[in-house]
Amino acid sequence: MIANHSLSDSRIILPSVEQLLRVLFLEDYNTRVVVLGVMALGAASGVVGTFLLLRKRALTADALSHATLPGIAVAFMIAVSLGGSGKSMLGLLLGAFVFGCIGVLFILAIRHTTRLKDDAAIGIVLSVFFGLGLCLLKIATEMPNGSSAGLDGFIFGKAASMVSSDAFLMLTVAVGIVILVSLFKKEFTLLCFDEKFCKSLGIPALCLDVLLMGMVAIVTVIALQSVGLVLAVAMLIIPAASARYWTMNIGSMLFIAALIGCLSGWLGATVSALIPRMPTGPIIVLICGFWFIVSFVFGRNNGVVRTLVQRVRLNRRIALQHVLRAIYEVIEPGKNESISVQDIVPRRSWKDATVSRLFQRAKAMGYLQSSGNKQWSLTHQGLEVASQIVRNHRLWEVYLINYADIAPSHVDRDADAIEHVLGQDMIKQLEELLQSSPDLQSPHPIEVTP
Amino acid sequence: MNWTEIDTWIVVIGALCAMSCAIPGSILVLRRMSLMGDAISHTVLPGIAIAFLITGSRDPTAMLIGAVVIGLITAFLVQAIQTLGKVEIGASMGIVFTVLFAFGLVLMRQAIDHVDIDPDCVLNGAIEFAWFDQTPGGLGIPRGAMINGLMLLTNLILVILFYKEFKITAFDPSLAKAQGIQPSLMHYLLMTMTATTAVAAFETVGSILVVAMFIVPPATAYLITDRYSMIFILALLFAIASAGIGHLSAITVPTWFGYSGTTTAGAMAVATGVLFFVAWMFSPKQGFISKLFHNAKTRAHILREDVLGLLWRAEERCSGILEPKDFPHLFGVSSKKMHRTLRLLLKQGAIQRVNSSWTLTSEGRSRAARLIRSHRLWEVYLDKHFPQDTHQLHHAAERLEHITTSQMREKLGNAEVDPHGSSVPDDEM
Repeated sequence: MIANHSLSDSRIILPSVEQLLRVLFLEDYNTRVVVLGVMALGAASGVVGTFLLLRKRALTADALSHATLPGIAVAFMIAVSLGGSGKSMLGLLLGAFVFGCIGVLFILAIRHTTRLKDDAAIGIVLSVFFGLGLCLLKIATEMPNGSSAGLDGFIFGKAASMVSSDAFLMLTVAVGIVILVSLFKKEFTLLCFDEKFCKSLGIPALCLDVLLMGMVAIVTVIALQSVGLVLAVAMLIIPAASARYWTMNIGSMLFIAALIGCLSGWLGATVSALIPRMPTGPIIVLICGFWFIVSFVFGRNNGVVRTLVQRVRLNRRIALQHVLRAIYEVIEPGKNESISVQDIVPRRSWKDATVSRLFQRAKAMGYLQSSGNKQWSLTHQGLEVASQIVRNHRLWEVYLINYADIAPSHVDRDADAIEHVLGQDMIKQLEELLQSSPDLQSPHPIEVTP
Repeated sequence: MNWTEIDTWIVVIGALCAMSCAIPGSILVLRRMSLMGDAISHTVLPGIAIAFLITGSRDPTAMLIGAVVIGLITAFLVQAIQTLGKVEIGASMGIVFTVLFAFGLVLMRQAIDHVDIDPDCVLNGAIEFAWFDQTPGGLGIPRGAMINGLMLLTNLILVILFYKEFKITAFDPSLAKAQGIQPSLMHYLLMTMTATTAVAAFETVGSILVVAMFIVPPATAYLITDRYSMIFILALLFAIASAGIGHLSAITVPTWFGYSGTTTAGAMAVATGVLFFVAWMFSPKQGFISKLFHNAKTRAHILREDVLGLLWRAEERCSGILEPKDFPHLFGVSSKKMHRTLRLLLKQGAIQRVNSSWTLTSEGRSRAARLIRSHRLWEVYLDKHFPQDTHQLHHAAERLEHITTSQMREKLGNAEVDPHGSSVPDDEM
């Protein structure tokens, strides 16, 4: 197959087992450097991104990363005109950092001194700085003494050009950030959830905010080389946003986000080492996106499937409660003990089939029993449950009539909406309230006792 | 500089492109959805790449459809993740467009040998080479001018047709709903416009700089005018200006430093930014400098009034003449500024010089009396309605006295004495 491969072949070439093992066990020096670097980056950006996300600054980071481009060009130009080759990674990243910070300052200035809102401020800084960066890069390519080749690698990322010192830099930054965050975890959490409370405790919120944005800038800058500035923001947001679906605890959210970042980095670097023409940065982002989809669909908190299941369960419970209440209300006058589907259907906008299905379900749960000839009757347990439901409904009706001034003719529907969510404690409170004032009026008798 | 026909066409194409972007951009900025423009313009790339991989050709219609479909999917996904997944909208956009953009980059790498869309075009567009891509028929009109011109025309027609609907949905979505306008329908119409425009602009300015064309000229217009229709008109003008200034500076500014030139698309983005900066600083009403100027004027006015008030109170207490050299210290301003203030008051005929000191003229006395009357009436009012420490009364009244109009004074009543026991001067006007 490889023999037949031509340049114009767009099929994905799968690696051999031998290649797979070489990459998985990090036997090549190059792979080792890249994998180590992007894993460190993933962990650092997961941790910082968590706070960035909670602080609702996701797209400020996007503007920041775009604003680094002119910084890279300027740093290169300064280095070259000073006689260097302009290839010093630290110098370029310093330029990127400075311009990223200038970009953020511009966003703040536009937001505070004009009537434009955050969105426009971010868009303006992002696009204008990026345009400036492109202009300067074009000029930089003409500089006589420097070789600007590879500068545009910062835009889409070029992980293959990483050397061990770059990976070491990433690792240092990651360790530094993890230490900083674990030192100030409480303060950052407060800043994200309740800035005013944070200030009232005497914690310098502004300093913390600057520290946080500084960390974001540093992570963005070290992400430039591997992921590129257009996609750097993905490394910050996506792992954190995915982690949000698994936990409500900030500590575990930090851990999960770092884990997802790390894992995506490793998988991305591995895939791009194995399969030709797979750019590392975009692959890492796609893998992050995969984790996000998994979390979004199956997550424990607000995951789509879980929310759906909960909603279906709730609807089923409500429907069952409705039918039990309807049965109770039909047999309440005491004329007949047994009922048929036809007796219940007119009580609500139900179809025959729906009621029959609900009857079957009630039967399965032991609330109803069939007494032959399409006649049904409540079991002892069913009677108890149904009377409980009716009691809740009527207690709530009495409360609404007397305390919320709702007309007795309208109260049934309002009570209907809330009766299913009344907890035991609330029922107890209602009972006490209503017992203490015996002159309250009710449209129904409430001598139903459990 | 050597200006040729090609340069003219570059400016024309750039202006058409920037203008067609400015129209949906204005609505985006007003609806505070600028970043939706950002997200959608990023996803043009995967749209084009997918269309290419499916059809295997550079057919513009297929690419347009592909990019618009992906653009709409972006808009839909952003909303879905925001509402279903309970993610803040910024983060939701960030997730969707980065993943789709990454997908586009991977596809582009996979198909790189077939496609002429190279990373450079994604970044810079290809406006410099647009002239060489002529429309068939030998009319001498480049294809880029044709596409962007058509796009501009379409956007103009759409915005004129749905002018009222866009206006209402931008400012009051619930009113729009009450009037039978579907806000979601307008939302997706706007998203379609944005996506289509972004595709049309792709070959001119690339996938990222188009954000500048969308957002910056309308934002600049928004800083200058309060009228909805003027925002469109000014945004269009700024769009033209940025194309002209952009290309001109792209071919001239670098030559001053010995370089041949730079990318026009990037320079256009910078030009929009420069125009924005100028408006930000010097816009008549909203401008930063104008505001500073206005504040300084107000402060000077208040200072003059305070000087008159001080002289009036000195006369009232018959404490004789105030030493002019104490003035700066009393008001906490520099002696130079105080000198200017006094000179202006002298020119206005409000004060006069008597034996090396200052006294009020009759004109100045009536001005001061009005001020003191406002001050003391406010003290009476505040004491009555917001009982508080008398010292604090003075401070609140000190601020209110400068903004009290004669109608307000009439409504404040006719008290004779203020809470401190001083008499309220009569309104001589």
